Amino acid sequence: MVERARRLGAGRRAILAAPYLWLVAFFLVPLALVFKISLSRSAIAQPPYVPTFDFGEGLSAILDKARTFGLDAYRGLFADPLYFEAYLTSLALAGLATAIAVAIAYPIALAIARSDKRLRPVLIGLAVAPFWTSFLIRVYAWIMILKDEGLFNRALMALGIIDAPLPILATNAAVTIGMVYSYLPFVVLPIYAALEAQDESLREAAADLGAAPLATFLTVTLPLSATGVVAGALLMFIPAVGEFVIPDLLGGSDTMMIGRVMWNDFFENRDWPAASAGAIVLIALLVGPIVWIERRRT
Amino acid sequence: MTMFARRAALLAGFLFLYAPIALLVVYSFNASRLVTVWGGFSTRWYGALLANEQMLASAATSLKVAALSAALSTVLALMAAVALERFGRFGGRTLFVGALFAPIVMPEIVLGLSLLLVFVALDLPRGFWTVVAAHTTFSLGFATVAIRARLATLDRSLEEAAQDLGATPLAAFAHVAVPQLLPAIAGAYAMAFILSLDDLVIASFTSGPGSTTLPMRIYSQVRLGVSPEINAASTLLLAFGSLALGALAFVSWRRGEK
Repeated sequence: MVERARRLGAGRRAILAAPYLWLVAFFLVPLALVFKISLSRSAIAQPPYVPTFDFGEGLSAILDKARTFGLDAYRGLFADPLYFEAYLTSLALAGLATAIAVAIAYPIALAIARSDKRLRPVLIGLAVAPFWTSFLIRVYAWIMILKDEGLFNRALMALGIIDAPLPILATNAAVTIGMVYSYLPFVVLPIYAALEAQDESLREAAADLGAAPLATFLTVTLPLSATGVVAGALLMFIPAVGEFVIPDLLGGSDTMMIGRVMWNDFFENRDWPAASAGAIVLIALLVGPIVWIERRRT
Repeated sequence: MTMFARRAALLAGFLFLYAPIALLVVYSFNASRLVTVWGGFSTRWYGALLANEQMLASAATSLKVAALSAALSTVLALMAAVALERFGRFGGRTLFVGALFAPIVMPEIVLGLSLLLVFVALDLPRGFWTVVAAHTTFSLGFATVAIRARLATLDRSLEEAAQDLGATPLAAFAHVAVPQLLPAIAGAYAMAFILSLDDLVIASFTSGPGSTTLPMRIYSQVRLGVSPEINAASTLLLAFGSLALGALAFVSWRRGEK
């Protein structure tokens, strides 16, 4: 049964209006504008685009222009191998990093969920705390560790494992490490929440019925924590696909992730329609899987 | 999970999370100019940092932006949380919820780009206030989550009792609910403050000349290579963040004890 939408009283409307109007002005209108400019043509002007349609010109002018809708920026997006490759690289690196992060986060979350009840808040607090320290600085720390004369290479050389430094910085491997490290707290938290909420008696029942610990884990614990794993993976994957700082600082000049391409189009090439079209395609790419998962769940 | 496996997982996990941060802090006290070669203990880079006026000006800008945007964000978040928890199904709720929480997962570059386009279209000069508005939008969803979680657990009968005794709904909320919400409100403020202090991407799109934030300044130096001075700046920023986080943890722990 669907409850009918209620009409709010004047006081309540005023309370709702403040955050609502803020979001319309600073989130919904801007998004609409990105869409509009993605349909424009780029130009050497200030601002660097020629509007395809302008609401000030009256309906007939808008309809006239709508016929010649500028899909140039989108055509350019698909014609330009740089953009296509950037989307693929972003999805692949973010996907790989998310898979690794889930593999690392799961044992940590499980260990915390199975700890003494009084210790749990402290341990989960410690696991999540790095998320509240500067993102930029945590990425920067890895430059120090991974560069040729960095701590990782010097340690390996001191141990006699390698003779010459491994070039890790400025590769996709460094970007993957950086993403796993930066987003790990985001993945641990939902998995922990799912594991902590599990009823202990289910595992006891499995054990009473003769299941080995591994079998209990595979048939009871793991399936029951699937929602936490999916939530953690999505929380990391979505921002990681559009990541700019990590590929820019840890990647090489050939690590072209979509966030970086958009940044360059915006600040260096000054092709705002292309960057806007890139943003719209990125949103479509990311909203697609979320809607699909929501549908499957309900 | 055996006791041994549990301890190993925790040890390895925390080592991975904290070792890079610890290295950064240790090497900020390095006397050598070469970042990764230890040349003895020194605080010379902190001295250099305090003499760097551009860095100090950016730090001041960042703190002001963070303080203001967090305040705006917390007030709006309290209203949004009340609307979501107390107003039932109102018209336009789905759009409201979507716009409120989308910035939490949306790539920052999309939010930054879209706000820049609006400021340019409206011919607003970009600077201090545009960054404040952008950061408020960015942190609003996080702050709402924090306040709403606590609001959902409040016992409504206390407010109802206040209303039975003649208080208006607004007065009952202000005198009964708000004091109970204070730790959550403080948490929301701290969260929004830290998010703003830390943001590079959105600030790069929305700031103008004269309103360069600390992460923007650090970023432009990091692109030129690692330097001990950046390590010192990072350590100070980490110390500041840890203090805020520690204070918050302490407050919520004290509340829990009572």
